[in-house]
Amino acid sequence: MSETAIQVRPGLEVRRRRWNRASYRRKVIPWLFVLPVLLINLLVVLGPTLAAVYYSMTDWSGIGAADFVGLANYRQLFFEDDSFKTAFVHNLMWMAMFLTVPIAMGLLGASLLAPIKRGALFFRMALFIPYVLPSVVVAHLWSSLIHPDRGVVGWLNERGVSGMDVAFLGRESTVLPTIAFIDNWRWWGFLMVLFLAGMQNIPPDLYEAARLDGANRWQEFRDVTLPGIRPILVFMILMTGIWSFLTFDLIWIITQGGPAGASEVLSVLVFKNAFQNFEAGYAAALGITMSLFVGFILSIFVVLRRRGWEI
Amino acid sequence: MNRSLGTTTAKGRQISHVPNYVILTVLLVFSLGPLLVMAFNSLKSRTDVADNPLGLPRNFVWSNYREAWDVGNFSTTMVNSGILVAATVIGVLLLGGMAAYSLAKLDLPGAGALMLFLLVVSSLPIHLFLVPLFVLWRELGLLNTVFGLVLIYIALNAPLAIFLLRSYMIQLPRDFEDAARVDGAGEWQIFSRIVVPLSWPGFLTVGLVVALAVWNEFLLATVFLQDESKFTVVTSYQNFATRFSRDWSLTSAAAVIMIVPIVAIFLTFQRRFIEGMTQGGTKG
Repeated sequence: MSETAIQVRPGLEVRRRRWNRASYRRKVIPWLFVLPVLLINLLVVLGPTLAAVYYSMTDWSGIGAADFVGLANYRQLFFEDDSFKTAFVHNLMWMAMFLTVPIAMGLLGASLLAPIKRGALFFRMALFIPYVLPSVVVAHLWSSLIHPDRGVVGWLNERGVSGMDVAFLGRESTVLPTIAFIDNWRWWGFLMVLFLAGMQNIPPDLYEAARLDGANRWQEFRDVTLPGIRPILVFMILMTGIWSFLTFDLIWIITQGGPAGASEVLSVLVFKNAFQNFEAGYAAALGITMSLFVGFILSIFVVLRRRGWEI
Repeated sequence: MNRSLGTTTAKGRQISHVPNYVILTVLLVFSLGPLLVMAFNSLKSRTDVADNPLGLPRNFVWSNYREAWDVGNFSTTMVNSGILVAATVIGVLLLGGMAAYSLAKLDLPGAGALMLFLLVVSSLPIHLFLVPLFVLWRELGLLNTVFGLVLIYIALNAPLAIFLLRSYMIQLPRDFEDAARVDGAGEWQIFSRIVVPLSWPGFLTVGLVVALAVWNEFLLATVFLQDESKFTVVTSYQNFATRFSRDWSLTSAAAVIMIVPIVAIFLTFQRRFIEGMTQGGTKG
């Protein structure tokens, strides 16, 4: 920005005595076009992010003055706060689940859908629909469906199906996998459509060649399809790693982290500390720690790429 | 579209697609079954939904919708959500389109740095800056204002819009612009009269994706619009569904009311939606 500011005032430099229309047009106008969006982003994202770095080193409550406390928040976070450790482990479990189940389902759906013609558009659209629904609808729909007295679970229980007399969202051992299941319900269709787009770009000759070599369905999938969609697959694995640290909506809406913290993840902790416990400084430290994990995952990706992995 | 040969054949060998259809149908039931149950339940009486939570309604209680519309205060929240969506989409398309134009067509000095900045900004987690942003908005008097939330939505949706629109505009031939420049047209005229009309499919795609994101958004709407008269469809439904969580027919009817517009628009423009979201997924 500073360089344009200098160029707007040409009289300051003798050498640049001739301020002509052409260079105004070349250098200033392009910046005028990006300026509004840039200013809004500075105000909404960058400014508050820098403020968060500062507040993470204070005991700020969110209102009034903040005392500088150095790294005390981080010390408390890493060495004293058990809820942080629990939430972090939950994030890892969430990541493990999202790196496997939805990716497998997306690959399965896409590889079944890629070769067919009749009804392909219908299936693609229908399987994508859950992804466009708002979290609140997904959350309340599934909370009702798996409610032990009503819904599918209650219905199965009445008919004597074993293991269905359970409040899946009310027990510490089942709550997190259950919400992950619900989140996956709306998520995997999105992955499927992404993978499908990748598979449709694989040249059909490769499949023909594989079939001439006598490859069966599995070999075709392993040797033609997977390598063919590798860029998008790797990219989605990366994004899944990142998003699994940021997941919030469904968990917050369904359980708010309960029962007894059994579904608490980092984002829920930030929200609780900021808006319920009024520990804004501590919440900022949590938010920064979360972002550092995300940065860590991204940097693994970048390092692997630098080392020549084709990802 | 580069799809392999229809239902059969590869050099004479027949390949059955029946297993594909069978498994896909199972997946279809998994994906749409819950929504069908919801649609059925929205039309049941309270006793009906308790006795028979999964099947077809015994008789159709259309009045559930009337009741859900009133109790859920949809006549207010639909307008609120509509204003938020419209204002954000206009803002993102205008400001993001301008920035994309500059990046694609004007040889912006420092373009690489700006792209990097946008990439970093768009990948920062909301929870990182949520609290200071909340306090800043309180100080600026933007809390509980539609304008304040629209500014946030514009900031968060603009980077993706810029990437998509930029990649769209780069493909446009330069002839028209160059001709217009020779004729003495200003950059704003070239942008609004030539580039925008030529790249309208890109604008439509981005507009749809942003509209959906804003309509569905939960966290920021909850935090930044706490005044009940300003609730969006989503935040209002959250309160409603929590309060009436035992009344499954009523909450289902309300849910159907709020997702019908989304699903209808999605089905109409599904190609553009999927294009926009998948590109957003791979380029954002």
